[in-house]
Amino acid sequence: MNRAVGAAVPAPERPPLARKIDPGRALLTLFCVGVGIFLILPIFIVIPISFSSAQFLQFPPPGWSLQWYQSFFSNHAWINALKTSALVAVPTTILATALGTAAALALIRSTFPGSGLINAVLMAPLIVPVIIAACGIFAVFRFWGLIGTYSGLILAHTALAIPFVVVTVSASLRTVDRRLEQAARGLGASSLVAFRRITLPLILPGVLSGALFALVTSLDEVIVSLFISTAQVRPLAVQMWSDVRGAIDPTIAAISTMLFGFSLVLLLLVSLLRRSSR
Amino acid sequence: MAIVRHIAKRPEVGVFRPASSDGVRFGSAALVAPAALFLLITFVYPVGLLLLRSLSFPVWGIQNYAAIVHESLYLRVLANTVVISGVVTLLTLALGYPYAYLMATGSPSVQRLMAFVVLVPFWTSILVRTYAWLVLLQRRGLVNRALEWSGLIAEPLDLVHNRIGVYIGMTQILLPFMVFPLFAVMSRIDRGYLQAAANLGAPPARAFIRVFLPLSLPGVIAGVLLVFILALGYYITPALLGGPGDIMIAQLIQQQIGEFGEWGIGAALAAILLVGTVLLSAVLNRFLKLDRIWGGQA
Repeated sequence: MNRAVGAAVPAPERPPLARKIDPGRALLTLFCVGVGIFLILPIFIVIPISFSSAQFLQFPPPGWSLQWYQSFFSNHAWINALKTSALVAVPTTILATALGTAAALALIRSTFPGSGLINAVLMAPLIVPVIIAACGIFAVFRFWGLIGTYSGLILAHTALAIPFVVVTVSASLRTVDRRLEQAARGLGASSLVAFRRITLPLILPGVLSGALFALVTSLDEVIVSLFISTAQVRPLAVQMWSDVRGAIDPTIAAISTMLFGFSLVLLLLVSLLRRSSR
Repeated sequence: MAIVRHIAKRPEVGVFRPASSDGVRFGSAALVAPAALFLLITFVYPVGLLLLRSLSFPVWGIQNYAAIVHESLYLRVLANTVVISGVVTLLTLALGYPYAYLMATGSPSVQRLMAFVVLVPFWTSILVRTYAWLVLLQRRGLVNRALEWSGLIAEPLDLVHNRIGVYIGMTQILLPFMVFPLFAVMSRIDRGYLQAAANLGAPPARAFIRVFLPLSLPGVIAGVLLVFILALGYYITPALLGGPGDIMIAQLIQQQIGEFGEWGIGAALAAILLVGTVLLSAVLNRFLKLDRIWGGQA
């Protein structure tokens, strides 16, 4: 059919294109557009709902308003949850980035006895299903009196975030030529100075994307937090979880839209960091 | 765990050994020890203790495992878990393979766009995505309204709080984990092979089946294992989008421990889930390094 169109309408300026269109490829493209819509539409549909003027879930919205954002910002429980999330996520990010970066440096730079075992320990939170971690942490933290505390949430989230930092920093360390640091050492720099002036700037994009991974891990974590938080100390994700289970309140759409905007910003940051590290 | 072996094997470029290699070892140990100790205390110890409870609660013995084998409810949940994970894995493969193929063979700008479309949901919280599906799939939701409007159905369908909802939601959420390994393998396939097959007279479909498909198999195996492993332990999506008949093992563990205080049964179920996950992860490690998923082109 494409060939017929090409013959009926002589397009002398672009003949190669007409020949290149292949029906199989067109079908494949159509299929992939469908898959793309399936991936992305559900997230975007939340945005118009969050600005709806209707009193309940309705699509398309009959009019626009900011009432669901108002209902979020005027509700004590939500604001407290937001504060708790920030108070947990920031220390988690710092702690996980520091511990994970140091571990990645050691693992990439040298081999030592038991490094396979140590690596298994560092990667464990990626492999063990979160529900198992949640039950185990719940039991031990109850014994240690950490249930319903900020420190409990920070410790648990840091444990879950460390492997992401280790993996991201390791990936960027592997692209760094060790001879640069050795040259600095040879020119008389101490190992600390050589690291700070040569290696650290080179791996900084990797460290920062590791930190973003840790931040997102803490903000999105539901299952472990569900076990170890209380009504007083309850992060945003847990508050959302209990709300979504109850009713489909458009306030959730407002929060989802804000979280989605935040993830988009982070995604852009990560891709910028990746580009600058190349 | 494979990462370090992989790294360790790498020859060091232009090694300039500092005066004392013991000093380096000590330095490395000091760098890795804080993270390792931290995880031993806050992660490995709690998980180990939980597994121990499967044999020690309420008394020592294998009574918890025996109870699981003899109780049809538990066995049904185990079967549910395997069936749901299997179906979701096949669905992600069916959607992900053509997607990764077009992405790997497309121009750089097509590749960037398609990667963005996969990365946006990957970075969006699972709760947000599950909530979006709740909104879309409910009886008066957008999907039902569109189907009614198009005349395909007369009555709204029940798309959520049942198996269909679980399949739709989990497939969308796990699809990126299928696309990443597939794309990683496919983008490294030498186009020259396909050209050679064409030059030797193979029609495109035959060249694809005899040349491209076998070369992409490592990506297929890695994607299938990864999605299956992740699906086995899923909690949030089945809990929100599924009905009472779609309970998976993670929900059962939560129920036993969080609601009934049945630590023994819950721990035994956790042990079963963990053994399955670790065994499959060991196989996965042969096909795909973890850092390819999390740190690679993502």
